[in-house]
Amino acid sequence: MSTVNIAQTATTTMQTTSEASKAQAAIATGKVKIQAQDVRVFYGANEALHGVSLDILQNEVIAFIGPSGCGKSTFLRCFNRMNDTVAGAKVTGKITVDGRDIYEPSLDVVLLRAQVGMVFQKPNPFPKSIFDNVAYGTRLHGLATSRADLEQVVESSLRKAGLWDEVKDRLDSPGTGLSGGQQQRLCIARAIAVNPDVILMDEPCSALDPIATGIIEELITELKRNYTIVIVTHNMQQAGRVADRTAFFHLGNLIELGQTSQIFMNPKERRTEDYVTGRYG
Amino acid sequence: MSEPMNDLDRPQGYAAIRERVTASLARRKRQEQRFRLVGIGAVLASLSLVALLFVTILQKGLPAFWQATFVMDVTFSPDLVQISPKPVAEPAETPAAFQQRYLAWQTELGFVDFNQVILESLAKVLPETADYPRDALRLVTSGERFGLRDMVMADPSVVGKTVRLNLLADANVDVWLKGNIDRSLPDAQQQLSARTRAWADQLYASGVIQNKFSTALFMNVDSRSSLASAGLAGAFVGSLMMMLLVILLAVPIGVASAIYLEEFAPKNRWTDLIEVNINNLAAVPSIVFGLLGAAVFVLWFKLPLSAPIVGGLVLTLMTLPTVIIATRSTLKAIPPSIREAALGVGASKVQAITDHVLPLALPGILTATILGVAQALGETAPLLLIGMSAFVASVPSTPFDQSTALPVQIFLWQGNELRNFFEGRTSAAIIVLLALMLTLNSLAIWLRRRLETRW
Repeated sequence: MSTVNIAQTATTTMQTTSEASKAQAAIATGKVKIQAQDVRVFYGANEALHGVSLDILQNEVIAFIGPSGCGKSTFLRCFNRMNDTVAGAKVTGKITVDGRDIYEPSLDVVLLRAQVGMVFQKPNPFPKSIFDNVAYGTRLHGLATSRADLEQVVESSLRKAGLWDEVKDRLDSPGTGLSGGQQQRLCIARAIAVNPDVILMDEPCSALDPIATGIIEELITELKRNYTIVIVTHNMQQAGRVADRTAFFHLGNLIELGQTSQIFMNPKERRTEDYVTGRYG
Repeated sequence: MSEPMNDLDRPQGYAAIRERVTASLARRKRQEQRFRLVGIGAVLASLSLVALLFVTILQKGLPAFWQATFVMDVTFSPDLVQISPKPVAEPAETPAAFQQRYLAWQTELGFVDFNQVILESLAKVLPETADYPRDALRLVTSGERFGLRDMVMADPSVVGKTVRLNLLADANVDVWLKGNIDRSLPDAQQQLSARTRAWADQLYASGVIQNKFSTALFMNVDSRSSLASAGLAGAFVGSLMMMLLVILLAVPIGVASAIYLEEFAPKNRWTDLIEVNINNLAAVPSIVFGLLGAAVFVLWFKLPLSAPIVGGLVLTLMTLPTVIIATRSTLKAIPPSIREAALGVGASKVQAITDHVLPLALPGILTATILGVAQALGETAPLLLIGMSAFVASVPSTPFDQSTALPVQIFLWQGNELRNFFEGRTSAAIIVLLALMLTLNSLAIWLRRRLETRW
């Protein structure tokens, strides 16, 4: 029952959005943005991810789904080397972004993170003003040459994140004073402000109410035009609504990867089917 | 399935369960009440103990800020103060020659018997004192003759004039007038002769001796010959110097170590060992740090004994573990999401820490610092071992000069033989120390509030 429902939602989303079909076409002939080959992640002696290989195409939205502890977030955090910050974590295998190995020693992780932005599970604005939140990355990398330039970046980022109209009169008030959904969009604006190619989203809506979730989902479909988006989600309907392709992870393995409609409507793997029909997870 | 499915099917069973729940509820409520009462009792007990402490200290200490003081006309008669004019540097003279002349003049002044000046002034208000100069001189504290000498040295034109002055009464007169000694004790057990005591009463009644607020406690250095004018100035400055040293050394070193250990250091056996040792150091009795200071700073580095520099270094060592541990726990409490957010937009680790973690941790670090410094300020034991319990009658002008510290001064005063006088003096010194700490703590609280309420 539920499989059909989700699949229908997914198909309708895709049919009605012309953007989506365009993206679909782009993916068919698509250029590979990120390539992962036999990626393994160890936390101490414990192997959390068992050799995952996967290509992410330019301007697609790809969703990682799977039960808790399946390694999807761990995998996501490999793409901007966020796992480096975890004590005892080790990544093997090869990940390239635009053909460049991001784990090679000469690569500057700061540059990588400017190119591959990230939005976290819990909205985490800095305890600073809305303006300073968005401007932080820009200031850090010296991207704005003047105050006016900086204001321009802040405005356009907030506009892209769909937050401008709500906060334009109170840019000086603290970012932590916004509602949960607004905070998350602020974090998206902050990520956009440094002009990344890829945005990683780690369960961006898990702490939000349905309305705020809806807004963020719309935003994701919008952002796809300019960015490649990798989203980890627990919410299968969400994957159905926003993702072009979906990857199902289980116990540290990539079980199945395919067009979202295919994953939800006729999964090839038994475990995928069990999961998307709600038999476990 | 023959059993009833729920309680509605068996009203009696339901009633029984309710009764049991009610009974247990009453028991739980009583338990809760008891627990609360114990808590309130504990708070009340500690509050009353603190109140008792404060009341006794204030009761004893506050009156000591007011001292028996002679308010009378003092005539610097030229017959008694016979000195040549104060030398003035002449253009043709070398500085050394002038210095020599000036010293000769000072020596001349040193031979003037200012006690006679005091006696003469006393005789004017109470003629019979002239017949018993020995008893009369015990009225005014012995340090005042030097006060008069200093007046002449500063301005020789005072000779020949009559000036209305406040002269501190002798400590024993103060004790007698305040009733801090049993007035019915026989003469043999009294510190003052019967004559002096009678005069003190008489002068107090006539208003020559008044109980006046005295700045001697703050402005003077310690004294053993003129007890009534013994003050805290030397100890206060010594403590202040050490406090500054502790702030200048312990805070940057402690905070930097804490940041390194918490944010950068790899987690391995070495850092574990360091962590264990820091925790152990925090528990080392402070007197051991004093021994260490004596061995390392005094004997090995040849730093001077009794100097605030050594005291400051020893207290820094003692304070470091406290600052490091407290700073680390503050850093631990900063949510990792802030670090991730900063790293996520491409901040380096140092940038994430300086831009976001440190500003958030600042209030906590400040509290840690102030706690550490306050602890250091009140520390006595290690200072005893580096010679700061010596009697020092001067205000240190550099950290390398000899000095004592407030808590050590309290320790010294409470052991003074003239207990009747120094009990109050000690309490007054404690009040000064407590006031200093209270100021520090309020400063810390104010700063923390200011930094916290930014958002």
